[in-house]
Amino acid sequence: MRHLLSTADLAKDEAIELLDTAAQMAATQSREIKKLPTLRGRTVVNLFFEDSTRTRISFETAAKRLSADVINFSAKGSSVSKGESLKDTALTLHAMGADAVVVRHWASGAPYQLAHAGWLDAAVLNAGDGTHMHPTQALLDAYTIRRHLGGHGGGLRRGGDDGVGADLAGVKVAIVGDVLHSRVARANVWLLRTLGAEVTLVSPPTLLPVGVESWPCRTSYDLDATLADWQPDAVMMLRVQRERMSGGAGAFFPSPLEYTRYFGLDGRRLALLPAHSIVMHPGPMNRGLEISAEAADSDRAVIVEQVANGVAVRMASLYLLLSGTASSAAVPASLPAPVSSTTEGTAL
Amino acid sequence: MTAGTGMPGTPDPRDVPEGTVVLGASDVARALTRIAHEIVERAKGAQDVVLLGIPTRGVTLAARLAQRLASIDPAFDPERDLGELDVTMYRDDLRRQPTRAVGVTRLPAAGIEGKTVVLVDDVLFSGRTIRAALDAIGDLGRPQAVRLACLVDRGHRELPIRPDFVGKNLPTAQTERVRVLLAEVDGSDAVVISGREPGAAAPGEGDQR
Amino acid sequence: MTTTTYVLRGARPLGGEPADVVLADGVITQVAAPGAVDVPAGDDVVEIAADGHVLLPGLVDLHTHLREPGREDAETVASGTRAAAVGGFTAVHAMANTSPVADTAGVVEQVWRLGQEAGWVDVHPVGAVTVGLGGERLAELGAMADSAARVRVFSDDGKCVHDPILMRRALEYVKAFDGVVAQHAQEPRLTEGAQMNEGVVSAEIGLAGWPAVAEEAIIARDVLLAEHVGSRLHVCHLSTAGSVEIVRWAKGRGIDVTAEVTPHHLILTDELARTYDPTYKVNPPLRTAEDVEAVRQGLADGTIDIVATDHAPHTREDKDCEWGAAAFGMTGLETALAVVQQTMVDTGRLSWADVARVLSTNPARIGRVADHGRPVEVGEPANLTLVDPAASRTVDGAAQATASGNTPFAGRELPGRVVATFLRGRATVLDGAPVEPAAAPAAQRGGAR
Repeated sequence: MRHLLSTADLAKDEAIELLDTAAQMAATQSREIKKLPTLRGRTVVNLFFEDSTRTRISFETAAKRLSADVINFSAKGSSVSKGESLKDTALTLHAMGADAVVVRHWASGAPYQLAHAGWLDAAVLNAGDGTHMHPTQALLDAYTIRRHLGGHGGGLRRGGDDGVGADLAGVKVAIVGDVLHSRVARANVWLLRTLGAEVTLVSPPTLLPVGVESWPCRTSYDLDATLADWQPDAVMMLRVQRERMSGGAGAFFPSPLEYTRYFGLDGRRLALLPAHSIVMHPGPMNRGLEISAEAADSDRAVIVEQVANGVAVRMASLYLLLSGTASSAAVPASLPAPVSSTTEGTAL
Repeated sequence: MTAGTGMPGTPDPRDVPEGTVVLGASDVARALTRIAHEIVERAKGAQDVVLLGIPTRGVTLAARLAQRLASIDPAFDPERDLGELDVTMYRDDLRRQPTRAVGVTRLPAAGIEGKTVVLVDDVLFSGRTIRAALDAIGDLGRPQAVRLACLVDRGHRELPIRPDFVGKNLPTAQTERVRVLLAEVDGSDAVVISGREPGAAAPGEGDQR
Repeated sequence: MTTTTYVLRGARPLGGEPADVVLADGVITQVAAPGAVDVPAGDDVVEIAADGHVLLPGLVDLHTHLREPGREDAETVASGTRAAAVGGFTAVHAMANTSPVADTAGVVEQVWRLGQEAGWVDVHPVGAVTVGLGGERLAELGAMADSAARVRVFSDDGKCVHDPILMRRALEYVKAFDGVVAQHAQEPRLTEGAQMNEGVVSAEIGLAGWPAVAEEAIIARDVLLAEHVGSRLHVCHLSTAGSVEIVRWAKGRGIDVTAEVTPHHLILTDELARTYDPTYKVNPPLRTAEDVEAVRQGLADGTIDIVATDHAPHTREDKDCEWGAAAFGMTGLETALAVVQQTMVDTGRLSWADVARVLSTNPARIGRVADHGRPVEVGEPANLTLVDPAASRTVDGAAQATASGNTPFAGRELPGRVVATFLRGRATVLDGAPVEPAAAPAAQRGGAR
């Protein structure tokens, strides 16, 4: 794996390898000594053009648990200025000898540009770009679903402990909320499809993108009917941004109360679900808006576990990007050599 | 976790060409029995011994040794005293090989704290796998002692590591390939050596160089 | 005035039967069967072997951004008109969104004069409809019309005149001097933050959508306004199938509307946005394959009157960045004719005579430019373009005459080659290469770039 940019690029065996590797990474995280020497001497840059303390900390933890050197590079001030800031930043990181760049960006496609513009030769890991993709979020969601629904009680028939080795064939996932602006939803739709799961997007019509008809999933405007009739194995609630309700004529729904009434997950709706179903949320939650405290704190909720699984999935992603001969691709001819190249154990 | 991710010297058996069989099935069985006895003798009983197999074939060998230990000394319980140790994340050659899948590590139920841990691998060559295994054990706990058992020692050590229990010492040239085949993985038991003419690669490989 | 006489041997006027054509003293002096003309050889006579080449009236672009004054780092009148000549143009209309905006007689006269000095093509400034392109009150349209620039085309291009009462007033007001309002049809509220065509691709790649209806709603409103007040309306860079239908309907009703399509909307689709390469970011956005087919059909059946480049040079700084931060626009002067040949001529949908109509005669008529877009006949001004349709080339952005490199066709092979361009009998391009105008001030300006 050279880069991790979009879940739409992941083949099924690659996705399962990521999840299986995450399972082994997770196993190491219950030990007393959590740190592994795997990426010793490698440099991981967290390049954040948009604030996200949670995501940054998750990646930072993952990289450090693998003994990589971590540099946090916050470029938020550049979001309004255009010019060559992305390019200059990339050239700087190249000069510093970054082996992997974890990039969060307000602009859809910025990680793709970093990976393909020839500005640097590091592995690029998309940590969320605009309203496009958030691959590690989808992977941690899939990992969480597999852990819970693999083995006994769940719908999965294959795989060993915690579903290792299994896909998600036959699992039904409802994704509820602001699909239009959600990179989490996009990332999940394609990954879950690749893994064999069925997805229903539940959203007010204003928050479904034009063109959603071409997505490999079904859509619904009716949460109650979806929960009661379709009986999803997992319900993923998306965060509703406050700014979607403001803007006067351009607001996407009439009021927070009306949104909650039709699309909020509460105790009553929870009771419509099968006994084994789980409740997910990428965080941070708007309690009382898209999810009630009762739902968020119920036994069904795996929201805190998602956070823990995020570290394991990000460790797996970094490991698969940075190990192996494939990641040491030749430096583009247009680039100068890094100041110091990473040196490693000598002869084999 | 697939057969293709095994240690150097144990490639996927599907591309095993003809080679010289240096140990047959009965030789392998005898060697394991002897090693089991040596382990018990060395540890003065098996009550504090745990086995850690190194994937892929080391795990199979460790399982066989566990049965033999249990029959020699009932104090050894394979359910409790057998585990497997994946060393992938401790290797020093991760950037020099295609990406390796990370395997399962399963500690014995008895744990390793204060135990005599016997690492089990199929072929001992450079010693780098064992170096990685020692680092991994260091992160997992503090055994009373760590010992090393291998079915074949083919020499060419690159680190100051030596085995405690050896099935067969096999002098080889650096260019030769030594493979341990086991019934559970490969269909039958044997140790095969190939590439005996130094510098002469197999025909199929020569074309690609 | 030029003293050189050019003899074009075997050229095919409008793609018809071969002829020898003689240009002297700024006009076409002879058009005769091959070998039938006789011009005594001399120092001031240049013979051009034009066997198989197509002779067109010099191309006229109704929609060019020359960026001067204000953004001379992206393009100047000199560099942009040089690119125009290389592309086969003899006249261009320079859009008003400069800095300062071309909303006064002073600015349009400045641009007009810069064009004269450069000498590559005739530059006809477009006047802004509203002061500062602000969309709030009319600019002094009459003063611009009366100025030395003789402005006849008015446009807030880059922005839409979206206030209906302001649009109505503009349409009415320009009737006094036979002007035309060229509308950039983009409903602003429906396109806030929009980045690309709204549809399957935008939904997948997460770029904010720009719905077709934002263009179509304005066109529908404007044709009805033009009908109501009896005015002439020109629709800039129409890009959707729905827009073609609305214009077709309006023409069927007898409404005095004309429409243009850009070369890039004839060939490129929104699939290119998947690369996130801002080179493909343009306003209006690249649309779907169905839209491309609809605009080709519209151009073939006359619903769409002209092809105009919307040549929009941008500096590397404005394109070497995130898609969301990048400027809209792509260059087009040097590739327009090739794209039209590839999409319309080589596919049999337009003849070369039709090309002369959509790239010269019609734009000259809409812009009220009297001495361009004329027939290839004796006595007509020698504004001509000689094209070798059998040639082909691979586009190299860095090698173009425009000062900016944002061509979407870099690396693509395109058919045809502009062999020569003549402005009032003077060669501005010969053998595919620009010929520096002899006039001293123009040469200095050209050399400064």
